[in-house]
Amino acid sequence: MAQEEKVAWIGLVVGIVTGVVYGVVLAARAAGGPLVEAPYVDAMLWSIGIGIIVTAVVTIVVAILTRRDGQGTDVRDRQISARAEHTARAVLVIGALAALVLAMLEADHFWIAHALFLGFYASAVLEGITKVALYRGGVPAW
Amino acid sequence: MVKPTRVENRIRALRFAHGELTQADLAERIGVTRQTVIAIEQGKYSPSLEVAFQIARVFGVPLDDVFQYPDGA
Repeated sequence: MAQEEKVAWIGLVVGIVTGVVYGVVLAARAAGGPLVEAPYVDAMLWSIGIGIIVTAVVTIVVAILTRRDGQGTDVRDRQISARAEHTARAVLVIGALAALVLAMLEADHFWIAHALFLGFYASAVLEGITKVALYRGGVPAW
Repeated sequence: MVKPTRVENRIRALRFAHGELTQADLAERIGVTRQTVIAIEQGKYSPSLEVAFQIARVFGVPLDDVFQYPDGA
């Protein structure tokens, strides 16, 4: 497996897990009450920070453990990365537009923050899925 | 399942005809990863024109001895 494919798998799994854990923590804090009243800022920051750190640490550990597979990247890795970023960008834009509309409507900060968070999160997950699909299934002509 | 590329290749046969050149050796000589050579051989990835020429040069054959694009494709 190419090093960049391993990174894609790691990012995808860590991303899904941290997102689900954040959702569970938020639901627990709401305790059946309105979600908008649940304190979310620290949990959101922790989920982002832990996601980045765990991804980096696991990537380094896996790279060391599987160094015989080779560590290089090449033109195919760059093409797959560009294709995945292109695919995921639309989701990111939708999240940003949703946040913009919510801000214009003077919605609660909770919803604006979560529109942005969900946009980043869904785009990262979609990027990971796209990368894995391209590595496993092949790269069709664009 | 639809193949990602309709470009066909004879890399595997050419590797064996050239002293059983390994995928890793070929990858090193053309400056890509072994996984990319595997993907090209399996028809999962169409290499750039530059990489295609490099592969042909390793085997000392014209480009269309390595890659084919079937009629009607």
